[in-house]
Amino acid sequence: MKPATLLLLLAGFWATTAGAGEVLARYNAEAAQISPGFTPSTARGQALFQRAWTASSSLPRCTTCHGEDPRRPGRHAITGKAIQAMQPAVEPARLSDLAKTEKWFRRNCREVVGRECSSAEKADVVTYLMQGA
Amino acid sequence: MNIAQTLISLAAVLFATATVRADDIPATPKHPAWSSECASCHVAYPPALLTAAGWRTVMSGLDKHYGSDASLDDKTRADITRFLESHAGKSARVASKDGRITGTAWFRHEHDEVPARVWRAGVKSPAQCEACHTGAAQGRYSENEIRIPRVTASR
Repeated sequence: MKPATLLLLLAGFWATTAGAGEVLARYNAEAAQISPGFTPSTARGQALFQRAWTASSSLPRCTTCHGEDPRRPGRHAITGKAIQAMQPAVEPARLSDLAKTEKWFRRNCREVVGRECSSAEKADVVTYLMQGA
Repeated sequence: MNIAQTLISLAAVLFATATVRADDIPATPKHPAWSSECASCHVAYPPALLTAAGWRTVMSGLDKHYGSDASLDDKTRADITRFLESHAGKSARVASKDGRITGTAWFRHEHDEVPARVWRAGVKSPAQCEACHTGAAQGRYSENEIRIPRVTASR
């Protein structure tokens, strides 16, 4: 096994057990590999989260289900089930598990944005959800 | 088997028959992946509410799951599918062509007295069992735990 592979595996294990800060650090590092000097932006994250996309007529925005304020709970637009607030300061489990965070980014970006989100976009959205409103 | 044993067995059968009511849904054994994955967007619907074929229909189209992307990694999907198949309903009354529980004869019969305005204004989506079945999140659907939401008659 190459040292780099081992490092990646270790980083993966570490990230799945760590908090939102570590998940963000992981996305930042991935984004910086593609565009050196990358810095996440609350404003860009908010814009992505609130933008009306055209991929889905029933779920046009992230806020359609999550609501406008990440500190407050949302409601699933199709099933009506309550969705806990996204801000980790309000719901500590939020964005703390890399595998779970990845699963939901994959599903929801495909659904709402119409494609998978980039690491930079995920870093922006996580930054917004951690700090926003 | 002596007479006492026979009587005890007979009593057990009678007792079981008396307590299983038409509206009861068999309790679902614990399965962490099923309860965490299937209860993210709605309560985890009991496996007994669809046939094994119905569940296979549901589980083979998770990327387009009744209007939402609910895709899973292959390992989790196979694990949950096996669990659903082994606890699926056997009766034709829980058969559904498109995998919708609301499409089964059983569901329609059980809910035939619920007025359209209650569905529309009170329940909002039939996906939301817990709108009336107060124990739904814990897998309980008996008639003793139903609270129909109040809706205005003018709607």
